[in-house]
Amino acid sequence: MSERFTKGMARNIYYGGSVFFFLIFLALTYHTTKVMPERDHRENITEAVAHGKELWEENNCIGCHSLIGEGAYFAPELGNVYKRRGGEAGFKAFLNGWMKAQPLNIPGRRQMPNFHLSDKEIDDLAEFLKWTSELDTNDWPPNIEG
Amino acid sequence: MNTLKYQSQAVAKPYFIFALILFVGQILFGLVMGLQYVVGDFLAGAIPFNVARMVHTNLLIVWLLFGFMGAAYYMVPEESETELYSPKLAIILFWIFAAAGVATILGYLLVPYSTLAHYTLNELWPTMGREFLEQPTITKIGIVIVCLGFLFNLGMTILKGRKTAINMVLMTGLIGLAVFFLFAFYNPTNLALDKYFWWFVVHLWVEGVWELIMGAILAYVLIKVTGVDREVIEKWLYVIIAMALISGILGTGHHFYWLTTPEYWQWVGSIFSAIEPLPFFAMVLYAFNMVNRRRREHPNKAATLWALGTSVMAFLGAGVWGFLHTLAPVNYYTHGSQITAAHGHMAFYGAYAMIVMTIISYAMPKLRGIGEANCNRAQVREMWGFWLMTVAMVFITLFLTGAGVLQVWLQRIPESGEALSFMVTQDKLAIFYWLREIAGVFFLIGLISYISSFWVKEKIAS
Repeated sequence: MSERFTKGMARNIYYGGSVFFFLIFLALTYHTTKVMPERDHRENITEAVAHGKELWEENNCIGCHSLIGEGAYFAPELGNVYKRRGGEAGFKAFLNGWMKAQPLNIPGRRQMPNFHLSDKEIDDLAEFLKWTSELDTNDWPPNIEG
Repeated sequence: MNTLKYQSQAVAKPYFIFALILFVGQILFGLVMGLQYVVGDFLAGAIPFNVARMVHTNLLIVWLLFGFMGAAYYMVPEESETELYSPKLAIILFWIFAAAGVATILGYLLVPYSTLAHYTLNELWPTMGREFLEQPTITKIGIVIVCLGFLFNLGMTILKGRKTAINMVLMTGLIGLAVFFLFAFYNPTNLALDKYFWWFVVHLWVEGVWELIMGAILAYVLIKVTGVDREVIEKWLYVIIAMALISGILGTGHHFYWLTTPEYWQWVGSIFSAIEPLPFFAMVLYAFNMVNRRRREHPNKAATLWALGTSVMAFLGAGVWGFLHTLAPVNYYTHGSQITAAHGHMAFYGAYAMIVMTIISYAMPKLRGIGEANCNRAQVREMWGFWLMTVAMVFITLFLTGAGVLQVWLQRIPESGEALSFMVTQDKLAIFYWLREIAGVFFLIGLISYISSFWVKEKIAS
């Protein structure tokens, strides 16, 4: 086996195999990006949603929270927090109250900083989280707790 | 005493030293975070969790990059049988990268993140605030410039010298690293697209091109310490990295299960990532086989131990712990739980931290003019470091896995209404987090032992 299977053959499998599977990966990526608009309803990305995402990034929310399961695991999942905390009826009021109450200063409890956002900014952040909660994520997470 | 075959290999030394300094920083911040998991308000004003985590993960990435660069500067001249194209460029890039790295970390620590974003004009080209890619855009541009200079320097060296399989694999890995990093500059407003292409950096680095770098370093050290014929070692290197890429590229699909992506990714991702442990298993067989078939007794026992250790720990951490939660029906419940954290810790330590320490262990005695190997006492101290860190990491992984299983059981599996909330669940996991923190302290002791081995000298018999 070791005589008939040469280094040259192994090298060809490496280069040929990698290129072949990378091309398949690119083809699937192309198809995926074509069908994603039906699932991410990007037509609903308003200016407020876009600004909300910027605020999400500039305050490093992902450093403690996860968003659709990705991020840090120190604080609750926020991909579906809109649905968990009041939805259409109550989420915006909830988020505004919550952000302003930080830091809670409960001894020993994990502490969220106060980011000093204005009412308008908190509203935009809420719009971003609302839009995120409406993504078609193949039914993830399994329950409302995220 | 000069023990280098090519004088320009010496540029690797500052890279290795700086890598280890950052490694110490990474572990210290890891301990802070670990404690914040159970004593939530510990240093909450001075170092909020998100800052500690950013420092912990960014230091990891940067020290591994310093390690890879040092490894390449050390290996390529010897493999190419020629001096490095420009040692001066390598030193200039070292200082640029080190300064940019330190400035970025200080930025994280000294000002609120949003202030850092404004200072660095993030609004002109927003790339910040995404996991692992938190660096200001200007730092990201610096990383690209350093990588380009680095690749140019190595490329020119290889062009004028011998083109071995190790050189070619290392170069494809490093070029891939630079190319896929460019996706860090793509940050669309649409979160779904943002996440999809974010994985082009994160997954295609650690489950793709970094494995080529790891394979090349491992093959190089195995040739040196075992004296086994290069043809044999390079042939199996090709086989292993072929398996790694064939499984790992489509294995990216295991990140596309819950991302507004078509359901076929659940099949593609599950099947191909189920194959991902195979190349790591092959690496274990390969490393042990080559050491058993050795044709010389290399005096650097510590380097051989690291080479064997990295293969085993990479297989356990990346292979076994990756497989545990990679199948879509399992991942549905485990995604984003402490099981992910368990896998991340052992995989990064086993595959990447340990391969960098393998090449440092092999190269440092030569770079320091000591010779083929450190004295026996220093090697014993280094091996204490190896075992303490490795066993501590096994326990960190086991405790996080315990936390993850309980978390899934309490928070994920029950129906809405019966499932415990995230914060209530976290309180129930406290015992695991305490044990993990204790294991982390042992890891630090191992690291101190490892670092201190650089100062251990042979006792002079009186």
